[in-house]
Amino acid sequence: MLMFRELEFKMAKSSTSDAQALFRSLRSAYAATPTNLKIIDLYVVYAITTAVIQVVYMGIVGSFPFNSFLAGVLSCLGTAVLAVCLRIQVNKENKEFKDLPPERAFADFVLCNLVLHLVVMNFLG
Amino acid sequence: MPQPLNLNRIHRWGLQSPPASHRLLPCLIQPSMADPSEAKGEGSLRKAFGGVLGVFILLLIGTLAFSIRLFSVIKYESVIHEFDPYFNYRVTQFLTKNGIYDFWNWFDDRTWYYLENMSTYCKNSDLDIVFELMLLVILDRYPLGRVIGGTVYPGLTLTAGSIWWLLNNLNIPLSVETVCVFTAPIFSANAAWATYLLTKAPSHQFEVKGTGAGLTAAALLAMVPSYISRSVAGSYDNEAVAIFALIFTFYLYIKTLNTGSLFYATLNALSYFYMVCSWGGYTFIINLIPMHVLLCIVTGRYSSRLYIAYAPLVVLGTLLASLVPVVGFNAVMTSEHFASFLVKCQEVFIILHVVAFVYYIKGILSPKMFKVAMTLVVTIGIAVCSAVLAILIALVASSPTKGWSGRSLSLLDPTYASKYIPIIASVSEHQPPTWPSYFMDINVLAFLVPAGIVACFLPLSDASSFVILYIATSVYFSGVMVRLMLVLAPAACIMSGIALSEAFDAFTRSIKFQLPKLFEASPSDAGDTNRGTQDEPTKVDNNTPTEKTEATVKERPSEKHRKKEKKKLEKGKEIKEKGKENADKVSNKPLNAKKLLVLPLEASAVAILLLIILGAFYVVHCVWAAAEAYSAPSIVLTSHSHDGLHVFDDFREAYAWLKHNTDVDDKVASWWDYGYQTTAMANRTVIVDNNTWNNTHIATVGTAMSSPEKPAWDIFNSLDVKYVLVVFGGLVGYSSDDINKFLWMVRIGGGVFPHIREPDYLRDGQYRIDAHATPTMLNCLMYKLSYYRFVETDGKGFDRVRGTEIGKKHFRLTHFEEVFTTHHWMVRIYKLKSPKNRIRGKSKKKTNPKTTSKINSNKNVKKNPWQ
Repeated sequence: MLMFRELEFKMAKSSTSDAQALFRSLRSAYAATPTNLKIIDLYVVYAITTAVIQVVYMGIVGSFPFNSFLAGVLSCLGTAVLAVCLRIQVNKENKEFKDLPPERAFADFVLCNLVLHLVVMNFLG
Repeated sequence: MPQPLNLNRIHRWGLQSPPASHRLLPCLIQPSMADPSEAKGEGSLRKAFGGVLGVFILLLIGTLAFSIRLFSVIKYESVIHEFDPYFNYRVTQFLTKNGIYDFWNWFDDRTWYYLENMSTYCKNSDLDIVFELMLLVILDRYPLGRVIGGTVYPGLTLTAGSIWWLLNNLNIPLSVETVCVFTAPIFSANAAWATYLLTKAPSHQFEVKGTGAGLTAAALLAMVPSYISRSVAGSYDNEAVAIFALIFTFYLYIKTLNTGSLFYATLNALSYFYMVCSWGGYTFIINLIPMHVLLCIVTGRYSSRLYIAYAPLVVLGTLLASLVPVVGFNAVMTSEHFASFLVKCQEVFIILHVVAFVYYIKGILSPKMFKVAMTLVVTIGIAVCSAVLAILIALVASSPTKGWSGRSLSLLDPTYASKYIPIIASVSEHQPPTWPSYFMDINVLAFLVPAGIVACFLPLSDASSFVILYIATSVYFSGVMVRLMLVLAPAACIMSGIALSEAFDAFTRSIKFQLPKLFEASPSDAGDTNRGTQDEPTKVDNNTPTEKTEATVKERPSEKHRKKEKKKLEKGKEIKEKGKENADKVSNKPLNAKKLLVLPLEASAVAILLLIILGAFYVVHCVWAAAEAYSAPSIVLTSHSHDGLHVFDDFREAYAWLKHNTDVDDKVASWWDYGYQTTAMANRTVIVDNNTWNNTHIATVGTAMSSPEKPAWDIFNSLDVKYVLVVFGGLVGYSSDDINKFLWMVRIGGGVFPHIREPDYLRDGQYRIDAHATPTMLNCLMYKLSYYRFVETDGKGFDRVRGTEIGKKHFRLTHFEEVFTTHHWMVRIYKLKSPKNRIRGKSKKKTNPKTTSKINSNKNVKKNPWQ
């Protein structure tokens, strides 16, 4: 019985150590990404947090007027998605987009955001 | 031979690379075994020539698409057809006269005149309009009407309106009617061009599917009868622009998928917005694209381009779809979109994000760590997913129809509509199609589609897997409803275009490589086993007649003879060639001249000839279908008899009479088919029209038509109807008249008012109007209004449509009086007789006394008028 407990303890320890090793390797790998990508990631996190805050607010206050809620949440989600697309296109390790100049990617990103926010503004009501 | 690949890559972000001209002009190009520098100079000239030729062919295809739809304008006149287009025409008239702001806020009071509970009406309207109407309801009667801005798909009317506005500003004064009539042919030309783009869309890793395939598909779509049927000149309906929007959206999606450019993703979302504005069929797009994304993920074809193609489309598309008032929050809420949003679209959205994240993590971690991460995530993930799924199931199960609307339910279960919703079942367009209708509508393409599907698998790319999915789903849906054959048409054309192009390619390649051999001096190449033919040139020369039958007869014995002689040799050759072919296709290298499968020369020539004849049959059929079957405006009818052409213009005659001989405020009751035409041409208020959104209302009219005269008069009087209009085809043999539609009136009426029973009108289960008809049938209003004084035409009252003499020949109308019958007795208009002032007791004619409560009918109280 003691040995069984020891085994359990060892397994738990190994899984936590695995998890720790996982986190460490994740962190080290992430630290290696260039700064501009990190900025984009930060922007994505910010947009998603704003969306979550809006959903929580709707949960508290109620969903009237629904179009405003939709407009707000979808605009946050939209910019997050577009920023992820930008990150994909700008990432130097991505072989498919080797020929794409980053300025072009950014111009596309701006255009898409323009359209998105135009629609959002129309829908805010 | 290998084209400069760098050129392709640089051009990918900008314009298309120049079309591969060697597929267009196989005969002119020698096999490029020569030195490459020379070939490049010549190649660019040929490319340019090919490009110009391609553009010219496209222009011709556009002209073809436009002109094949003009038969009805030539045969009859430039008039708007059928029923639904009249409503769209009226809306466009309003738009051009009053401008766009009034158009959005227009409340059409010429339709659906009845007083009823506002709750059934105000599903889509704004709150302030509702309050206004409720106030008026309390004060006095007010038409039920229809909020145009909120219930119509504005795409078509806005398109036609802007074309009209643009032309007028350029000082080309076309009338609104002309613009409306010709909108459909113009947009079908655009649709053909969009098909060209879609079929040509370069796949990411492999060669271009071919400009040839694109041109073939465009030519096929320009002529396919199923598309013609909904887009002739004069058929001013939503599908005219919607099919163009559909194909264009698909093209932009494929383009984004291939290039991974965010610019095209934006354009894709905007094109999807145009599609949502135009037609209710946009749900097809928003269901098909997530399905394709899921397919790509499941088959391991995930790439970052997939993310860029799909994710912005979901967000932008949902926002844009919610902008259109008709769709509104349905884009997020109901289950038609449930399949799209919560189950399909958003779920696929989430899945896509998960997959993208997984790939990202995989990229930055080492394999061992990745495995650990996976196990950790999987255990947590399963728990969360099951919880979410349980909540979702509870939500969906709590709603009555499990969240699906009637129309989509009938799509999944084809027998649903006929069981539960008689109105949907009664529309002829909603019936499942028969096998001959497939042949009628897509003709030869039905055989070419499977070949195209096979061609799409070799090689399989994202774009070709999308087209395969498109055709599979559209074939299923077209099997449910005839109307959806229209969605099948572009898919069939694309597949057939690919198949035909590949076939032509194989045959012309065979001929191309054997042509030099043919003209060589010495035929002594017995040892040459790479080519397929072993014939002497003289034999081939003898076998080039112009007659197809002669050729086949002559060449078959020669082939057989040849085959018998060299069977073993050919077997060895075949195996070698097949092996090379497989190796070639598996390795996916640019096709080298030596490794191509080469067929015998005569077989290729005959096959090309046969394919051309096949195309000829297709063209002949399409032109016949366009001219005879689909160009009838159905408001003007013609018939050929021994003394020439008869034109029946009775409908317009009747509407013109109504317009000139009745008061502006008079209400007209008829079956809902004629509602739009009456409001558009006669400019009178109708009780029910083709919009059919209020089933109870239609059932009321149906009940009135099925009841005896007195109760029918009571119903119509409570609706404040002045005139009743029936369509009767017995004199001339017009079979779409109201007597033939009568059983549907009984069914729909009986669905809401149970005292109307269908067996009462049938004798032994048969529907008859002759002497053996049931008394209920002989006494009902529809019978009386159709056959009043009919016996005066020929003395016997022989009904040409039903083929019998009528049962009750001599009778009088007690509560209605006939005010107008058209020239061929096709439309008959009756006026309600005003009630008598005094109760006379028993009189000669009347049997029921008047009840005074009818005159003072309390308008705000709804009661059952016939009890």
